[in-house]
Amino acid sequence: MFVASVIIVFCLFLSAEKEAKTNYQMLDSNKDSLKLEAMKRIVAMIARGKNASDLFPAVVKNVACKNIEVKKLVYVYLVRYAEEQQDLALLSISTFQRGLKDPNQLIRASALRVLSSIRVTIIVPIMMLAIKEAASDMSPYVRKTAAHAIPKLYSLDPEQKDQLIEVIEKLLADKTTLVAGSVVMAFEEVCPERIDLIHKNYRKLCNLLIDVEEWGQVVIINMLTRYARTQFLNPNMNVNEDEDEDEEEKEKKAETPAMAKRKPYVMDPDHRLLLRNTKPLLQSRNAAVVMAVAQLYFHLAPKAEVGVIAKALVRLLRSHSEVQYVVLQNVATMTIKRRGMFEPYLKSFYIRSTDPTQIKVLKLEVLTNLANETNISTILREFQTYIKSMDKDFVAATIQAIGRCATNIGEVRDTCLNGLVQLLSNRDELVVAESVVVIKKLLQMQPEKHSDIIKHMAKLTDNIQVPMARASILWLIGEYCEHVPKIAPDVLRKMAKSFTNEEDIVKLQIINLAAKLYLTNSKQTKLLTQYVLNLAKYDQNYDIRDRARFIRQLIVPTEKSGALSKYAKKLFLALKPAPVLESPFKDRDHFQLGSLSHLLNAKAGGYQELPDWPEAAPDPSVRNVEVKDSVRAVGTVTYRDTGALWDLQGPKKLEGSEKSDSASGSESGSGSEESYMLLFHANVYQPSLYNWALVSMTLHLVLCLQTIAPSSALKNYELLHRITGEGLSVEYCFSRQPFSPDANMVAVQMQFTNNATADTKNLHIEDVKLQSGMRVKEFSEIELLPAGETATAVMGIDFCDSTQAANFQLCTHTRKFFVSIQPPVGELMRPVFLTENEFKKEQGQLMGMNEITEKLTLDMKCRNEHTIVQRVTTAANLSRVPCGSDKECRFAGRTVSSSSLVLVTVATKEEGAAQLTVNCEKMVIGTMLVKDILLALTQ
Amino acid sequence: MIHSLFLINHTGDIFLEKHWKSVIGRSVCDYFFEAREKAVEPENVPPVLQTPHHYLISIYRGKLFFLSVIQTEVPPLFVIEFLHRVADTIQDYFGECSEGVIKDNVVTVYELLEEMLDNGFPLATESNVLKEMIRPPTILRSVVNTLTGASNVGDTLPTGQLSNVPWRRVGVKYTNNEAYFDVIEEIDAILDKSGTTVFAEIQGVIEACVRLTGMPDLTLSFMNPRLLDDVSFHPCVRFKRWESERVLSFIPPDGNFTLMNYHVSSQNLVAIPVYVKQSISFFETGPCGRLDITIGPKQTMGKTVEGLMVTIHMPKAVLSANLTATQGTYTYDLATKVLVWDIGKLNPQKLPNLKGSLTTQAGTPKPEDNPSLNIDLKIQQLAISGLKVSRLDMYGEKYKPFKGVKYLTKAGKFQVRT
Repeated sequence: MFVASVIIVFCLFLSAEKEAKTNYQMLDSNKDSLKLEAMKRIVAMIARGKNASDLFPAVVKNVACKNIEVKKLVYVYLVRYAEEQQDLALLSISTFQRGLKDPNQLIRASALRVLSSIRVTIIVPIMMLAIKEAASDMSPYVRKTAAHAIPKLYSLDPEQKDQLIEVIEKLLADKTTLVAGSVVMAFEEVCPERIDLIHKNYRKLCNLLIDVEEWGQVVIINMLTRYARTQFLNPNMNVNEDEDEDEEEKEKKAETPAMAKRKPYVMDPDHRLLLRNTKPLLQSRNAAVVMAVAQLYFHLAPKAEVGVIAKALVRLLRSHSEVQYVVLQNVATMTIKRRGMFEPYLKSFYIRSTDPTQIKVLKLEVLTNLANETNISTILREFQTYIKSMDKDFVAATIQAIGRCATNIGEVRDTCLNGLVQLLSNRDELVVAESVVVIKKLLQMQPEKHSDIIKHMAKLTDNIQVPMARASILWLIGEYCEHVPKIAPDVLRKMAKSFTNEEDIVKLQIINLAAKLYLTNSKQTKLLTQYVLNLAKYDQNYDIRDRARFIRQLIVPTEKSGALSKYAKKLFLALKPAPVLESPFKDRDHFQLGSLSHLLNAKAGGYQELPDWPEAAPDPSVRNVEVKDSVRAVGTVTYRDTGALWDLQGPKKLEGSEKSDSASGSESGSGSEESYMLLFHANVYQPSLYNWALVSMTLHLVLCLQTIAPSSALKNYELLHRITGEGLSVEYCFSRQPFSPDANMVAVQMQFTNNATADTKNLHIEDVKLQSGMRVKEFSEIELLPAGETATAVMGIDFCDSTQAANFQLCTHTRKFFVSIQPPVGELMRPVFLTENEFKKEQGQLMGMNEITEKLTLDMKCRNEHTIVQRVTTAANLSRVPCGSDKECRFAGRTVSSSSLVLVTVATKEEGAAQLTVNCEKMVIGTMLVKDILLALTQ
Repeated sequence: MIHSLFLINHTGDIFLEKHWKSVIGRSVCDYFFEAREKAVEPENVPPVLQTPHHYLISIYRGKLFFLSVIQTEVPPLFVIEFLHRVADTIQDYFGECSEGVIKDNVVTVYELLEEMLDNGFPLATESNVLKEMIRPPTILRSVVNTLTGASNVGDTLPTGQLSNVPWRRVGVKYTNNEAYFDVIEEIDAILDKSGTTVFAEIQGVIEACVRLTGMPDLTLSFMNPRLLDDVSFHPCVRFKRWESERVLSFIPPDGNFTLMNYHVSSQNLVAIPVYVKQSISFFETGPCGRLDITIGPKQTMGKTVEGLMVTIHMPKAVLSANLTATQGTYTYDLATKVLVWDIGKLNPQKLPNLKGSLTTQAGTPKPEDNPSLNIDLKIQQLAISGLKVSRLDMYGEKYKPFKGVKYLTKAGKFQVRT
């Protein structure tokens, strides 16, 4: 027997030996197929966790093999074992160094990737050099690989930090989406504290975000959340953080004087930019991205805007159970702070019998947090069905939840208590025990009303065996022995009998009960107490022995006993505060939501604290960038954030906007859009000190805008006359500036003047009536317009490229006025910048039906070029196109909603004769525009 | 970020390990096994575990645990989502994600893992990019490979990662150009004892199979897009166009992919296709109980309900079931206490009924909880929410593709409480 097994072992050893040999031979052969077979075997060994390090020399030889798959497998092997065989690994380095110089970008990238994965300290300088070179490579893919290599080098040799930060700084300035995610990841691993590196790249990161791959998005969003916390002001600073919706009235009262003292809050446009650009990512298919945006909104958005994340988070509850688990943990934390947000989705948290227990318990937590006076009856009904579940752990959790609802909502306390008392007759002991524990807590709140429940529970001691429940009952009887004077001593009698067989916690409570009874009713219980204390004196557990000694000294007066025994009654029967049943998720939000630390409720290694909002905003100008660093480099094609169908054909439109930027010399925003937003804000808020900077920038920008669209004084239209408006008059004009919240809308600037003697309050829009397809973005409510004052606001209307009117009601705190805005066709477009050649090319494509020509005789005053240009640009929001001939004036624009091109040509001839040509894809627009321009030129 | 990955089967064997940084010993999994032991059911293992030096984040897919080891702070969902992506990729490559398949293709799986993460940070997770680098096995290719010793690794270098549309490779060619869309809706509902809807919503998904030459730019529009309450998209869909025009505009990935997920929640919009009359009761005296279930059509929009199936998790005390079904067959699994009644097609003239007695363990008190019924069903050619695709337009390419839309309604988590 023994011999046989020895032989078998020996044979196995031999065959293993043989296999190793053949592997060696195969690797040495000059046939690629044999090498491949050998490498596959070796990699399979590695995958199974077996040691294959002895083959290192034979494998490394093949690093220069021509066959791609062999080569790849060799790389896999090398990266795995290089750390153990440092000297031999060095042999392969030269191959990679050669690879770094290869003309093919993918080979350069893969060489860098493997080189940086070899964990051998000696090659640190080589790696450093390679990373630096790759960081300025032509190919974005190689630069991305360089970003990936940074944390690898950092973990190998932390002393390289300073040099690596330089590389990170350089790569952060990169304008491609491919690099953005990876470099921020490197930033987070190497130097998360260097928040100053982000300033210049902040706007670019915000703008690129939507096109970055999903994993990069998560990292960027988490980093920007931290950044925003250090740079912007708390958007909720004028609102008390911990109030709930029902306290809003109180808040209003408190706010009025507070507002007077505090500066009105103005959100930094960069803060707004971040919120706006992350919002669409709530629609991502990647749960991690959705969670990242959700936490960003939770930590950064004004209270009124946080609600948008609820829907997306609820959607994630349909996903895999692990995703549910994490999402529910975060939702539980959010529901404590912002209950209102999830209330509409209450039913999405209902529990199914097929959910895993851990999911059930978390859903229960959320339901409990969501409970309030209005929905408590539905929730309790739901809880009742849960109690019947087969999953006993879950039932116990439900009972706890009922207890918490009862303590939080006074109205239902009695109902809950009755329900729980009914559960006391449940057949399942666990259910009864849990109920007892919860009832104990509830009774503590108002014991005097419920002495019959205490009596009922006293009876239970005969049957119920769960120690925690027994202990709870005994504590209750002891605590409220005065309410049940007849029963208490009897319970003690029974307990004394069974004392030796009880669990420790029960024994402690028996001693406790005895002591309390001795103090209140010593006549009946003196002997019993002595008996219990004697039993406890010889108990096996020293806690119990100690307790018995301590209590004896305290309550039984002897000569030796100190001053304390006088106070025994006070000590034992002091009024105890009712327990507060709190959610375990309370205050978890001091951890950044969605983080590992939040989930564990403990700081994980490498966790970056979420800083508190600053008291005063740091200088916002640090984020300003030179014009040449405009958001998207020419040639970078954006994909997802653009509406246009043909973006991939090339960034023509962008080029246009960039030229306009450079025309302005130096400019505030990183892209034109941002600057427009500054303008928008400056219009709405009165310039405080803080706004001065903005205003000066705005002025600058207005100047530069006028170079593109030399629109003369804007025409004002009346929306509401002073008399019909009972003192309130409203005028509007088409400001001809892009409407920043939505590029497809026409910006309408409204000016409100209060001519009455009384203040007007709460100016806002209601009851918008639109043709299908049209949309309106209302201006934010004007809370107060004092008598004699004027205020302006900007609203956006998407007219869908039609001249249909937008009807709505303008409401004040007292009245409502029906008003309507009908745009002249010329306001439905925005100027675009075209060169002469581009103009001709586009015009060539818009012939036939799309071209309308009209002959006219020019007005006497309007026969020079300057006046023609002025009149056309007043009639329509177009920009002039440079033109070689002085007989022709050309203008170009695009419709705001559909971006259809509008081209206008005015060719002058002898004696005031002229020809007007309009080319537009939309014939209706073209026809109307011809009429309008004709009118402008002939009168 | 992600340090190591271990694949563990249901008996607790580690059959594959991969390390992206230095090697971490297998002993770290002991903490996981401990938690696995405690949890009884594999679904109840906490996805995130804390050990003295590491954090363990795991998912449970296809009877396998994917266990990743983390050393520093990282959003847990990031890891979970990635692990599921790994499982999806394996499924995509080999048709299923199981221990056998992974063991058979261990080298390919290992190479995939190598490409998907670099130093623990996701590098290439798009299946299109991966397939360019590592070709999925086909029967023909594996035969050829064994004969010629050729490899599964693409000999061209992948270009997908370099493009702005990483989900699509250039130079796709087909002789038959076709684009098919499946609109699949699942009804999630909880009905109470009396049949009233406690909660109902519709979860929809549009699965696409697009085989088109070149770089087509597609626009899919709906008759009634306002129906959709909440949506999530494949990265190829342009947000702005959805926001402004409610159309899906995208350059599709090549092959099969999920275009969008959506959600219809307004209660009154959710039609419940069947009603269930049921009574399950256990008697106080004697070890038995009675069961009687009838199913009938409710709001089926004139279509036939197929694939009807009822699953009941019985209380532990139920020993056996002696039932008669007027239609279909039933099975009762003694070990798991699951009663499955497979009905098939629902005939409105003759409603299926399952009736009979249950035997419970003698001596134990009567089970007090009534089990809930899980319903499975299918309705072909119907999207129960009423969503309709109105048209599909293609720009950017000259040829005319075949187009098709199919609708299907299924029961999702459809539960009847008793």
